[in-house]
Amino acid sequence: MSLIRKTAAELGAMIAAGEVSAVEVAEAHLDRMAEVEPQVKAFLHVDRETTLGQARAVDARLRAGEKLGPLAGVPIAHKDIFTTHDMPTTAASKILEGWRPPYDATVTRRLREAGLVILGKTNLDEFAMGSSTENSAYHATHNPWDLTRVPGGSSGGSSAAVAAYEAPLATGTDTGGSIRQPASVTGIVGMKPTYGGSSRYGLIAFASSLDTPGPFARNVLDAALLQEVFSGHDPMDSTSIDAPVPSVVEAARHGDVSGMRIGVVKEFAAGEGAQAGVLARFNETVQLLESLGAKVVEVSCPAFASALPAYYLIAPSECSSNLARFDAMRYGLRVGDDGDRSAEEVMALTRAAGFGPEVKRRIMLGTYALSSGYYDAYYGQAQKVRTVISREFEAAFHQVDVLVSPTTPTTAFPIGERADDPMAMYLADLYTIPSNLTGNAAISVPCGLADEDGLPVGLQIMAPVLGDDRCYRVGAAVEQALESRWGGSLLAKAPAL
Amino acid sequence: MSAITRDEVAHLARLSRLALTDDELDHYATQLDAIIESVAKVAEVAAEDVPPSSHALPLTNVFRPDEVRQSLTPEQALSGAPAVEDDRFRVPRILGEEA
Repeated sequence: MSLIRKTAAELGAMIAAGEVSAVEVAEAHLDRMAEVEPQVKAFLHVDRETTLGQARAVDARLRAGEKLGPLAGVPIAHKDIFTTHDMPTTAASKILEGWRPPYDATVTRRLREAGLVILGKTNLDEFAMGSSTENSAYHATHNPWDLTRVPGGSSGGSSAAVAAYEAPLATGTDTGGSIRQPASVTGIVGMKPTYGGSSRYGLIAFASSLDTPGPFARNVLDAALLQEVFSGHDPMDSTSIDAPVPSVVEAARHGDVSGMRIGVVKEFAAGEGAQAGVLARFNETVQLLESLGAKVVEVSCPAFASALPAYYLIAPSECSSNLARFDAMRYGLRVGDDGDRSAEEVMALTRAAGFGPEVKRRIMLGTYALSSGYYDAYYGQAQKVRTVISREFEAAFHQVDVLVSPTTPTTAFPIGERADDPMAMYLADLYTIPSNLTGNAAISVPCGLADEDGLPVGLQIMAPVLGDDRCYRVGAAVEQALESRWGGSLLAKAPAL
Repeated sequence: MSAITRDEVAHLARLSRLALTDDELDHYATQLDAIIESVAKVAEVAAEDVPPSSHALPLTNVFRPDEVRQSLTPEQALSGAPAVEDDRFRVPRILGEEA
């Protein structure tokens, strides 16, 4: 089997055993990228020499006898929202075109320390705002299952790179579903860790109380191995949790749901606005969990229906504040500085030229929600709804160990279909947003293909705060049972590129 | 009745430091109106006596010892600046002509 089809765990073991070098593995993936990138367009920045330099350094460290982790030498696609000192960082925005950050994000630093080799920076919706990666200021990314469709978003470059075998692993960030939804629509695994479980230092901020870095992989164990590499307390992020990281790798190795209590979220299983094929695969997977020995119960969380409107007040409010830093003064784009215009005029011209339409919409929506006279009715009320949703999760987790739902209401939609309809786009995150508002862990694992279009469907598994291991335990059990039924991974059914 | 007028959008654009064209103002007025109408549904949740959550986790302030640490050099800090003069960020005029 060619190197690009191997799992990250297999590649790590082969490199550690000296069967193959990190350079050879990197070259195989760079060659694959050269072959399929013209169609998929998952990456914003690729620099073969920088990548091979990293791989050579890892090989040298291993030869010198340095003890590195299980992913040493394994290549990774890195979302272009994490700062990297040796590659540009743009957040897919024109306002940061060509920016070379003077420092590495904590996630970046930990990848390097563990010996992972960064293949390039992946495309995203500008500043991670979107569900299709069409909001990138540079180009759209195409879903490897069907190139006319979106790869999800905002981490759509990462999901497409992994699904197209350009990389065995990728990083993402999840603010309202930006890891789980792209994983779902490309037939791979994507995990949103517990908020504060992975560091936001060096992650370009969108909504600070929601943003969470997490892993993409083609299987549950690889995702856990990657999460373990970059998780854990970081003094540089004051919202980082100072507690032991849940034993996610152990859980991923022991998929077992016998005796577990699994709750089906009634409001999401009812399927208002959901595709029939998505609901069919979801219901079958719930039956599968029951057949594997889990006790399945229905749980009602009526306020979850209000999570979407609450999110579209909270996230834009935080974004309007966070994106104030793009002021044309210290870094990034500056437009219209003719020696005559004031700083304020230059700022307004730069921001108008540098931000795309969705970013402008959200900045203005947030400014509106926070303005005096509207604050109580909008932002204040949304924060109260956040508390109500937390209480519903808390009550649910008294009854059950995990909650399940489809990851997103539909399969991958055609490029262009929702581009001019913000409200239709926002619905893609209907089922994922509650876990962002409350900070709990949630994963998406493939659970089949929809009958209507033959495209991947994802199962979302939600666990309490710091219950990340439960997501992996249930995810691994589902993966094991379904792959033995399918005779391989879901991704093996994807058409060849 | 629309939730937001074109004049209000122009005001929001000024507050947001976004120099928008007239066409953009019209476009965003329609879109923001639809979005605000939709997100106003948060009012349907009975939450009068519920405390607001600004954050997912009950974290309090985190402090560190007040010690000098390694930070960016002036060269690093200025490396992405649009304009630099004498080791400083060069910016357009901040005060009005009359000042």
